[in-house]
Amino acid sequence: MTTTDKPTIDFIVESLKAKFGDAITDVEQQYDFTVIIIDKKNIIDIFRFLYDDERFQFRFLTTLCGIHYPAFEKPFAVMYQLHSLVFNIRLRFKSFTTKDDLKFDSLTQIFSGANWMERETFDFYGFIFNGHPNLKRILNVEEMDYFPMRKEYPVEDQTRYDKDDTMFGREPAGYKKLT
Amino acid sequence: MKDLQNNSSDIKVVDALPSYQGPGFMATSLDKAIGLARKNSIWPLPFATSCCGIEFMATMASTYDFARFGSERLSFSPRQADLLMVMGTIAKKMGPVLRQVYEQMAEPRWVLSVGACACSGGIFDSYPVLQGIDHIIPVDVYVPGCPPRPEQILQGVMNIQQLIGNESLRRRNSPEYKALLASYGIE
Repeated sequence: MTTTDKPTIDFIVESLKAKFGDAITDVEQQYDFTVIIIDKKNIIDIFRFLYDDERFQFRFLTTLCGIHYPAFEKPFAVMYQLHSLVFNIRLRFKSFTTKDDLKFDSLTQIFSGANWMERETFDFYGFIFNGHPNLKRILNVEEMDYFPMRKEYPVEDQTRYDKDDTMFGREPAGYKKLT
Repeated sequence: MKDLQNNSSDIKVVDALPSYQGPGFMATSLDKAIGLARKNSIWPLPFATSCCGIEFMATMASTYDFARFGSERLSFSPRQADLLMVMGTIAKKMGPVLRQVYEQMAEPRWVLSVGACACSGGIFDSYPVLQGIDHIIPVDVYVPGCPPRPEQILQGVMNIQQLIGNESLRRRNSPEYKALLASYGIE
């Protein structure tokens, strides 16, 4: 392995912008963590570049998950965290989309560890990962017919019958809200 | 033995059944005799998934000593168990497993639901948790509490013992019982 100096975050961001241009929509600083907003069309190219390039070597996918921001113009996002074990740098990526277009390219061709994480993201949010070898529910029962972490679904189980008063956020039949 | 006979000991043995006795014989009802034997030799199957299971461990240990009630021997095979003790949160994904365990038990079988989660879902009023095991299997006795203390679990078992002792031998063949199982889709 060639020994190179630890790159700065700014250098990484500049390299990404130079190589991918418009695919890097935004760069935010959330506390001490750099968040790079990317276009979902270029996810594979960007991660492959960061993986292969000897100057960065982001070869560990720490985590990946879906997010639902109901108030946003593009309410659905997938978040990725990469770790360069050699240089000990962590980066977070987010890619936003609308409800009509929940298809993402699967990261399993780069990181095998993405397999179960993408299944979980599909399970809870309904993202479709193109090229995933086995995209089915992983944590919830297979008969489940909705995506429970989306905000439009109630968190409470609808088969419960012993808690139907207003104290528990449920309205009994015929209940009128005070205005 | 002498102590037992003159009733000056704390140790209790079960009372004799109401019977008709004469020299060299004793006549009683078969229901009662079998009930007496069954209720004092329950083999429980602990199905412990969370904190209520920890309370059950205390119930089994020396201070509370579950074995005093004739349940010295836990059965970890459902095929040999009489009493299914469900202790803890049952996730929906665990539901079919619990049901299969119940189906593997031989008749007569009883179910004790220990703790708020097993009885109703408890605080886990959310999408992954089964809102009470009585959605999938019939339950004989419910023990409330979060978690219940060992005394409460013992009380639940004693209630089960009462049910067992008073159960008619014909109950498991009755149309009501068959209808109950059918309502759960169990053969």
